[in-house]
Amino acid sequence: MKQYVMGNSAIALGALAAGIRFAAGYPGTPSSEIIETISRSPHEGVYLEWSVNEKAALEAAAAAAYSGARALVTMKQMGLNVASDPLMSVVYIGVRGGLVIVSADDPGPISSQTEQDTRRFADFARIPVFDPATPEEAYTMIQDAFDYSEKYGTPVLFRPVTRVCHAYASVETPDAFAPRPFDGFQKDSSRWVIFPRLSRENHLKIEQRNAEMARDFSGYRFNTAEGVPGEKAVVASGVSWAYAKECLKEHPEVRLIRIATAFPFPEDFLLSALEGVREVLVLEELSPYVEEQILKTAGKHHLSLKVRGKLDGTVPHNGENSVALSGQLLSGFLGLSLRKPQMDVSDAPPLPARPPVLCAGCPHRASFYAVKQAMKGRKAFFCGDIGCYTLGNAMPLDMVDTCLCMGAGITMAQGFRHTHPDTACFAFVGDSTFFASGMTGVVNAVYNEADIILCVLDNSTTAMTGHQPHPGTGRNMMGGAVEKVSIENVLKGMGVKTVVTVDPLDQKAAVQAVRDCAEAPGVRAVIFRSPCVALTRPSGKCAVSAEKCISCKKCIREIGCPALIVRDGRVTIDGNLCVGCGLCASVCPVQAIGGERHE
Amino acid sequence: MNKDILICGVGGQGTVLASKILAAAAMEEGNSVHSAETIGMAQRGGSVTSHVRIGENVFSPLIPLGCADMILAFEPAEAVRNAPYLRQGGILIVNRAAVRPVTESLHPTGYDGTEMLAWLQNRCGCLLVDGEEACRPFGSAKFLNIILLGAAAGSGHLGIGRESLLGRMEKLIPARYLEPNRSAFEAGYRIGQAAESAEK
Repeated sequence: MKQYVMGNSAIALGALAAGIRFAAGYPGTPSSEIIETISRSPHEGVYLEWSVNEKAALEAAAAAAYSGARALVTMKQMGLNVASDPLMSVVYIGVRGGLVIVSADDPGPISSQTEQDTRRFADFARIPVFDPATPEEAYTMIQDAFDYSEKYGTPVLFRPVTRVCHAYASVETPDAFAPRPFDGFQKDSSRWVIFPRLSRENHLKIEQRNAEMARDFSGYRFNTAEGVPGEKAVVASGVSWAYAKECLKEHPEVRLIRIATAFPFPEDFLLSALEGVREVLVLEELSPYVEEQILKTAGKHHLSLKVRGKLDGTVPHNGENSVALSGQLLSGFLGLSLRKPQMDVSDAPPLPARPPVLCAGCPHRASFYAVKQAMKGRKAFFCGDIGCYTLGNAMPLDMVDTCLCMGAGITMAQGFRHTHPDTACFAFVGDSTFFASGMTGVVNAVYNEADIILCVLDNSTTAMTGHQPHPGTGRNMMGGAVEKVSIENVLKGMGVKTVVTVDPLDQKAAVQAVRDCAEAPGVRAVIFRSPCVALTRPSGKCAVSAEKCISCKKCIREIGCPALIVRDGRVTIDGNLCVGCGLCASVCPVQAIGGERHE
Repeated sequence: MNKDILICGVGGQGTVLASKILAAAAMEEGNSVHSAETIGMAQRGGSVTSHVRIGENVFSPLIPLGCADMILAFEPAEAVRNAPYLRQGGILIVNRAAVRPVTESLHPTGYDGTEMLAWLQNRCGCLLVDGEEACRPFGSAKFLNIILLGAAAGSGHLGIGRESLLGRMEKLIPARYLEPNRSAFEAGYRIGQAAESAEK
């Protein structure tokens, strides 16, 4: 069956075609649609879950692979940091069923905190990595990844980048999928229990196996060399290969070498592809990994080879690659003119900036505003976290002082309190992030008698990545309604004495709750609970009364809702955006904003 | 057929559905198609683009700069932002109505799109569509994407048949919303036809 699908769906369908029995992941752009595609596709017999975080996903999947079943784990590149603890160890143990970990990289970065390179992580962990250039290739390559995983008994990394994950193409898939049969876990403590002696022995085996795999990869179908051998060659990895192909459409003579398996590095293949070559340009994203391997190979074999890339300053170290950048670099390197003429926009009128903002009616805006009101005139730090609510940093809210990584806000607030004892330290965390990695920080706070105010922004979904369910939502990926894990009970169980739940849209109560908590000592928690507006029907629309409005624009200056606009000098509410949350009405000093709530 | 079409606008205007219908219709007509969307944080009120690449020998998921045969712009400033993608001799179909950025309420610049349209008209072949006016009979700005897709088809520059597009709309739009969308497409189609003949 021919299907037109997103790269992430191609990966999911490829994994189903490979006969996976188990799939788990944690949402993160650009990887989230892999698990979602499996849930939408016929997947009878496949166990599927959104795990509480990436570490949990990998550990559960490892057990499936120990049992002989094929297992898929998905995450974004920073999720691999969270999963790195089990990853580094499971490499020493090895697997029986294929275990493939998809870690989607995000050059740019477009929606991530870092520009880290999963290929380098593969080298660090000493396991193979596959780097697809297109969605079509990803479909095939993930099946290869499972085969290699089983052939060598090792977990395998698979790293698509955003432009592969979010590109659409047609793939030919079977009409139905079936998990491969597996024979189950066989107890053997000398194999499955990690001990120093076992690790020492297996370390040697891993390195011997990697040397063998490097030779195997030298014949791998996606490590390719095209064009006529000459003095110059281009080496590319992943989507950069697709960009180079696009640029060189009319120059099939150019020697273009693709490295689809950066680790273990296919040295024999490279050596034969570089026969007669004296200068190479390396096109790859995130880090000069392949470039370094080429330099290493050249040194080892005494090749007289000039290597152009990130390390000699020819190619930028940061940001994503593109056809335009590749064209410019290839033109310079090959002495060709590959750039297409394009419209000069240097004299265009200044373009309006369109920073991402919290949606109109987003309950996070009301939560931030309540804290801001309650703490007015007092010294306070606001530690933010990862999710839609990071956007609370924008003016006029300006309520995010720090953002580091998943769950860090809670622990950072504790740290700040030690360096600034006169300052109230707040931590804002979303519901999904709370479960993913916030809970440990709360225990740390209780145990170490920290003095913080924890604000859980509970919109009952994982909004930023596309509304995935989590333990607090009462739904899981096996389709059933499940018991909700109560954030209140979790906090109380961990020893937080003051736990208050408020509706942030009830501003009066919300401000009072924050004030009360700010006065109390120790670890206090306010749970702001109101559902994500993208998942609920608007409760009505607000309107500004022209007679009552004094055009003070306080609503605009204070809350920055995108539905509040100025038309002909007067404040108006954009009826296409307003959902009737009423926050602006509670801010208005002259009660000029009213709503028609149809409840 | 080889055709690169870039659809651009502001998050929430419905560019993704327009590109999905277009890609599906192009495949229906036997073409190989690749496309790419902006997904993630940029969806919340930010600039968004969809790249639809029809034809063989396509490698990059995004249209290279200077290569788009058509830009279908849902907003004047977004048309300018993406203008470097247009090839020489390519056509720009642009909605007249500006979407003011959220920052406009706090820091007014007076942006209303007219400067953008004037600048564009001096630099490339443009068909201007009054999307706001065209949406009025349908009572919602939500029909803008289908109206603009209709206009692109009606102009004759899209290269994809009316029936294929309508056929794909039936598959991609829930049945209860199909009828008004069909009318919106037809209204857009007539606007495209009229704009093109006025241009000639």
